[in-house]
Amino acid sequence: MPDTIAQLIAALPILEGLNAEEVEQVAGCSRNVALEAGQLLFTEGSRADACYLVRRGRVAIELHVPGRGGLVIDSVETGDVVGWSWLFPPYRWVFDGRAVAPVGAVAIDAACLRAKAEADPAFGYRLVQRFAAQMMRHLQSTQLRLLDVYGDGSAGHATG
Amino acid sequence: MARPATPPAEATPARRALTPSRYRLVGRRRETDDTFTLRLTPIDQPLAAARPGQFHMLTAFGIGEAAISVSGLASPAVDHTVRAVGAVTRALCGLPIGGVVGVRGPFGTHWATEELDGSDVVVIAGGIGLAPLREAVRALIAREGGGGGRLSVVVGARAPDQLLYEEDLWRWREAGAHVRATVDSAPPGWTGAVGLVTTLLDAVPFDPARAAALVCGPEVMIRVVAAALVDRGVAASAIRVSLERNMQCGGGLCGHCQLGPLLLCRDGPVVPYGGRVARLLQERER
Ligand SMILES: Cc1cc2nc3c(=O)[nH]c(=O)nc-3n(C[C@H](O)[C@H](O)[C@H](O)COP(=O)(O)OP(=O)(O)OC[C@H]3O[C@@H](n4cnc5c(N)ncnc54)[C@H](O)[C@@H]3O)c2cc1C
Ligand code: FES
Repeated sequence: MPDTIAQLIAALPILEGLNAEEVEQVAGCSRNVALEAGQLLFTEGSRADACYLVRRGRVAIELHVPGRGGLVIDSVETGDVVGWSWLFPPYRWVFDGRAVAPVGAVAIDAACLRAKAEADPAFGYRLVQRFAAQMMRHLQSTQLRLLDVYGDGSAGHATG
Repeated sequence: MARPATPPAEATPARRALTPSRYRLVGRRRETDDTFTLRLTPIDQPLAAARPGQFHMLTAFGIGEAAISVSGLASPAVDHTVRAVGAVTRALCGLPIGGVVGVRGPFGTHWATEELDGSDVVVIAGGIGLAPLREAVRALIAREGGGGGRLSVVVGARAPDQLLYEEDLWRWREAGAHVRATVDSAPPGWTGAVGLVTTLLDAVPFDPARAAALVCGPEVMIRVVAAALVDRGVAASAIRVSLERNMQCGGGLCGHCQLGPLLLCRDGPVVPYGGRVARLLQERER
């Protein structure tokens, strides 16, 4: 028998530690989605009205550069959340999100989840804590990549 | 007039270690825009066989010397993967086939893969850091057939066209290793991972309680990776890292390669991360 949406959500590492009631709260705003490789989840400038939790596959975060196409600046792997624009005003995507392999994801209606979080701040805090931890990991990864440690040898190497 | 007798130069071990043997460049393979794998065969008496993780001092005659890890062992030939970043490495990469290179060594400690039977081994390499790990991975693949633990290889590079040894990565995958690659950023069409090597660790299958890790790359990357592995429950003593410092003599004589109490040409480059090395890497050198 296929898993219920609540079971799928409970199995996601990012939401680990939420109690059964909280998982049901999230499930009430969620649906299961499947995307083919190459399909766009969202595009730059569009309304960030859903949060995607990747159950399998990979989503590339792209930025379109005129004359060069969609440069890939980050990727979201199994177990991770795609973007955070749905969490903060003005709720607008800053990048494109594209499935680069067949993707199975839980799509959460952002307005629905935000309303539940505001109605129950303790739940909201526990939720934001989990998303903020992912955000921190991506931010640190980005900061370290800015160093260009594999670059010309001036950063990161101790010889010289 | 009779010439005064000069005592013959003694071939002491120290003198031998400081005198380059001549090797001939018999093959050059372009790995990336600035990185080449050079195959050398001995002209003089071959040097002792190197172990994976050890390095040679390579001389570009008339230019200078640089420490370069052994990236392939096909006795008596030996491979070195060189990234052209300065005078010596540029000269080595630009040498014509048939040209002569000076080789000293092998120097330093090695990955000691023979001690890892039964462990889940996670190999993590960034950039040119895959070069000293290549022969270690080959040894660990051979071990896989012998019913050892799981092997995972995670490599990071600046961009897809900077990934080293793509054919090897496929071969290692086919041989059963879990191989993942990630880049700092990528052109359109790239379907692989983008991000720091640590972002792939969650997807790597290993049991922290019986895991060992071999890590090589820029020192900043080594620190971040080692910390992430410890966070995942891997014992710091089970993490081996390969460290770089400026090498001159290669034989523990000059002190150029000092890291605290360690001389990395002798006590390294491969050292256990746990204990004093973790502390030394936190110290701010000037
Ligand atoms: C144990 C060990 C193993 C190594 N293995 C390999 C290997 O397998 N392959 C490989 O390609 N390299 C390897 N290296 C690194 C290599 O030895 C060094 O990059 C070496 O310095 C190259 O010599 P060079 O004369 O070509 O360049 P150098 O002139 O020494 O320049 C090297 C780098 O330092 C920078 N640099 C030089 N001078 C300065 C300065 N004054 N201020 C700031 N930056 C400076 C340069 O821009 C360049 O990026 C290894 C090093 C060690 C210690
Ligand atoms: S390089 Fe001379 S002591 Fe290490």
